[in-house]
Amino acid sequence: MYNKRTIIPGLAIFVLFVTFPLWFNAFSTASTVPKTELPPGGEKQCVASASEMRASHMALLNEWRDEVLRDGGRIAVTVNGKEYRKGLQMACMQCHTNKEKFCDSCHEYVSVTPYCWDCHLTPTAAAEKKETH
Amino acid sequence: MKYAFSFLAVIALVLIAGLGSQIPGMPYLFGVALPYLALMIFLGGCVYRVVQWAKSPVPFSIQTTCGQGKSLDFIKHDRLEAPNTTAEVVARMFLEIVTFRSLFRNTKSEIYDGPQITYESSKWLWMFALIFHYSFLVIVVRHMRLFLDPVPVWISWLEYGDGLFQVGAPTWYITDIGLLAGVALLFSRRLITRHVRFISLMNDYFPLVLIFGIALSGILMRYFLRTDIDIVNIKQLAVGLVTFSPTIGAEIGAIFYIHLFLVCALLAYFPFSKLMHFAGVFMSPTRNMKNTSRAKRHINPWNPRILPHSYAGYEDEFREFMVDAGIPVEKELAPKKDED
Repeated sequence: MYNKRTIIPGLAIFVLFVTFPLWFNAFSTASTVPKTELPPGGEKQCVASASEMRASHMALLNEWRDEVLRDGGRIAVTVNGKEYRKGLQMACMQCHTNKEKFCDSCHEYVSVTPYCWDCHLTPTAAAEKKETH
Repeated sequence: MKYAFSFLAVIALVLIAGLGSQIPGMPYLFGVALPYLALMIFLGGCVYRVVQWAKSPVPFSIQTTCGQGKSLDFIKHDRLEAPNTTAEVVARMFLEIVTFRSLFRNTKSEIYDGPQITYESSKWLWMFALIFHYSFLVIVVRHMRLFLDPVPVWISWLEYGDGLFQVGAPTWYITDIGLLAGVALLFSRRLITRHVRFISLMNDYFPLVLIFGIALSGILMRYFLRTDIDIVNIKQLAVGLVTFSPTIGAEIGAIFYIHLFLVCALLAYFPFSKLMHFAGVFMSPTRNMKNTSRAKRHINPWNPRILPHSYAGYEDEFREFMVDAGIPVEKELAPKKDED
């Protein structure tokens, strides 16, 4: 083998690079797989099934946002006789009151940073605002 | 037909993964066993190929010079195109790897009426290649969010930059479009440009179609076919894979296994394909050697060791035979002792 002094370090760097997740995870403290907190109020029903919500809640919220804000369609959604107003604060967070335990636990685990809270407030933050004003 | 066959091969792979993963128990084959196997083939194969290349001697300094080599002081030396020192070679290699300078050159000759021939640098290939490779790089780095736990902050920055336009939810990534567009353009270049089409082989088309399939399945999984695509489950599996404790927590949609299987196919195919140019670019003697063929003597490494043999030494070795044969010698034989 020729040029060993450059090729062997090069190959070592390549292998280290490809196996980077192994080293990273070996030297970091693993977080536990998050389990979302069920609604503290004990509600059992949502606008869609749990698996559907888990997979595509973001698409639904995005759709609602467009309908409400762009088309002015604030018509409530009725699922199984229960009426939901379209909105993160008006529908979702009425039951799932704790953003940190419900939203953030998964989002942080998979590094998703939705921009919902650029505008929206969590119930606790909303209550605080009311008090100060 | 070469390109049609590539499509058929990728469709077959999609069907294998899509149908196979639905058989009970098979998710562990597609989600755990094959990724490990593919990664081992990838790593082992790449190292093997590079070592094989490194075993071939490079007898002479065979760099391609595209500019004035170092000469007399008053002749301007083109330091990047005819590098004379290691630092200049490193600079040339760096720009080659990071900005694809040789594709930027890509001279194209055309004949016009007259007849008149023109030479012009065709920049399309360079542009497609840049879009494609950088999109691919960003996508691979972005996927690390599924393997690293906790996710380092720079990956979030990269994701933020990539999804800057905040279109839809989940947000559209710029690189998704870049990769698809890049592959589509590189593929159509092979079909449309006649002389490139003439030299294109199955192993030119297949990786492009395969990468297109990977990108498409990924996009479909992220935006459209979201049934049973729970990112937490997927991350649990991915982190499990890299900590050697893989678990498939809940059912994951078939599109995920299709995506993963295509990636495995790409990884396993990688060392045996032209995609090895990722290592080959570092190993190209036409790029990584110094333009010092006049200043320095390059000795062919496979030359046999031939020592100088002077006439005096030659005569010493064969004097007896020469005298016997009546050939004149410069130094006579020593007188024999038994005659005394």
